[in-house]
Amino acid sequence: MSMYQDIILDHYRNPRNFGKLEKADHTVSVSNPLCGDKISMEIIEEGDIIHNIAFSGEGCAISKAAASMLTEYVKGKSKDELRKLDKSFIMEMLGLELSPNRIKCALLSWEALIKILSSTPLTAG
Amino acid sequence: MINVNQIKKDFPIFQHDPSLVYLDSCATSLKPKQVIDKIVEYYSQYCANIMRGIYKISEKATEEYEDTRKVVAEFINAYKPEEIIFTRNTTESINLVAYALGRQIIDSDSEVITSIMEHHSNFIPWQQLAFENAALLKVIDVDEEGCLKNMDRLEQIVTKKTKILALTYVSNVFGTINPIKEIVRKAKKINPQIITVIDAAQAVPHFKVDVQNLGCDFLAFSSHKMFGPTGVGVLWGRYDLLEKMYPFQYGGEMIEEVTLEKSVFQKPPHKYEAGTPNIADVIAFKEAIFYLKQIGADNVRTHEKNLTYYALKRLNEELLGKIKIFGPRKADDRVGVISFSVSGVHPHDIAQFLDEKNIAIRAGYHCAMPLHFFLNEGATARVSFQVYNSEEDVDKLVEELKEAIRTF
Ligand SMILES: Cc1ncc(COP(=O)(O)O)c(C=O)c1O
Repeated sequence: MSMYQDIILDHYRNPRNFGKLEKADHTVSVSNPLCGDKISMEIIEEGDIIHNIAFSGEGCAISKAAASMLTEYVKGKSKDELRKLDKSFIMEMLGLELSPNRIKCALLSWEALIKILSSTPLTAG
Repeated sequence: MINVNQIKKDFPIFQHDPSLVYLDSCATSLKPKQVIDKIVEYYSQYCANIMRGIYKISEKATEEYEDTRKVVAEFINAYKPEEIIFTRNTTESINLVAYALGRQIIDSDSEVITSIMEHHSNFIPWQQLAFENAALLKVIDVDEEGCLKNMDRLEQIVTKKTKILALTYVSNVFGTINPIKEIVRKAKKINPQIITVIDAAQAVPHFKVDVQNLGCDFLAFSSHKMFGPTGVGVLWGRYDLLEKMYPFQYGGEMIEEVTLEKSVFQKPPHKYEAGTPNIADVIAFKEAIFYLKQIGADNVRTHEKNLTYYALKRLNEELLGKIKIFGPRKADDRVGVISFSVSGVHPHDIAQFLDEKNIAIRAGYHCAMPLHFFLNEGATARVSFQVYNSEEDVDKLVEELKEAIRTF
């Protein structure tokens, strides 16, 4: 099976939530040392809920599609809920069997999300 | 002339995987049957440790091992076999010089020179050596065609304080063939004491390398990039220097006598081959050299140059405006290595897309991060050719690259 299924290519060509937010509450960036790709991620929060999210930066189809799909999923979810997401969630979301070198690409946006979640204080209770 | 179909029969991987288009020989070459058979021969016929056995199969193994040293010495025109040290790879060969000699001669008043086109293995050892000793690291730039800059004004770079000049013979990114003989000659004129270390990892597999003619002091290369087994590297060094240097590692097989108070080391090369070496692969390495010699260095070079010319022409003409090719414009000035980027398609995606068509190419920094930063490029894609590649391989590459551009 080709890695480049229509759904991946669609998210790559027309990434959702791509760009910058006005008045973001938090911004992080992460990079992939294998290729130098960088992703920046920003959120606007409302209490514990991620009200809006955007990503920017250059990347391969896998990293961009993963970021696009992940940001779609994240919007409107609570941070508590999102902290539970693990790597396997990303793999299932993409529906791809990836080689170790490409897993890094797929997980770049997830790393950014984890970083952003840990940089924001846990809500009380 | 090279008959690729005939040559492919020597490489068992093509029986296993007939449609494979292997365009990453720069990373490691494929292995001919002769080399693989020789490894099996050692393990099945005279598997024994070397240098110490008083029995037939150990003597046979020792003889085969030392025979490779002679074959390598003759292959690069060394003055004598004792100048050949077996290491694990080019990286270890260069580190050996940095540790065993570099740490003896570098102080805070010294300069070390290398270039921005180096593979990390000929960059980091010098960077760290300079750093640890507060010495000055000077880095030679490249011009827009991927050639070393200002080589006609070497006196502006090399000084009396320059202790080491470490350069690659051939760039693994651009394929550029550097005028090493000229550079060494000029550098020694400015400073006769200078030690020149040449990374020949991408040179030896592609054309005749002659250390006497080059006039350098050290030369490093890897067996696995020239049809030989992995796990074997060569360091050639001038014998008087090898005699003066400290050992790199201590242990068995490198000593003459050990008492509680002191140890007397063996003479080179054994002084630098502590412990049981990679016996099987060193033994099989000579088969790789026989193989190269049988094809003929000039034939290898001509074949590769023709393929490079053909690939550059097709890529430039048919992907005009979409592809950016790095390095010398003319095939004459480079070995069969072409790095490129395609607008709108990430190198990872190019490599993955091509892999789905069973075409193996490389994507990344090719162990040359400083160079990529200098070029202001992220990762790049790279193809490289060897004797088992044909114009047909280039055709497939070009067609699939077009397909990739349509897809993304
Ligand atoms: C120019 C150059 N130098 C050094 C090396 C390092 O070789 P090895 O990994 O065998 O030590 C390579 C291999 O990629 C190379 O292309």
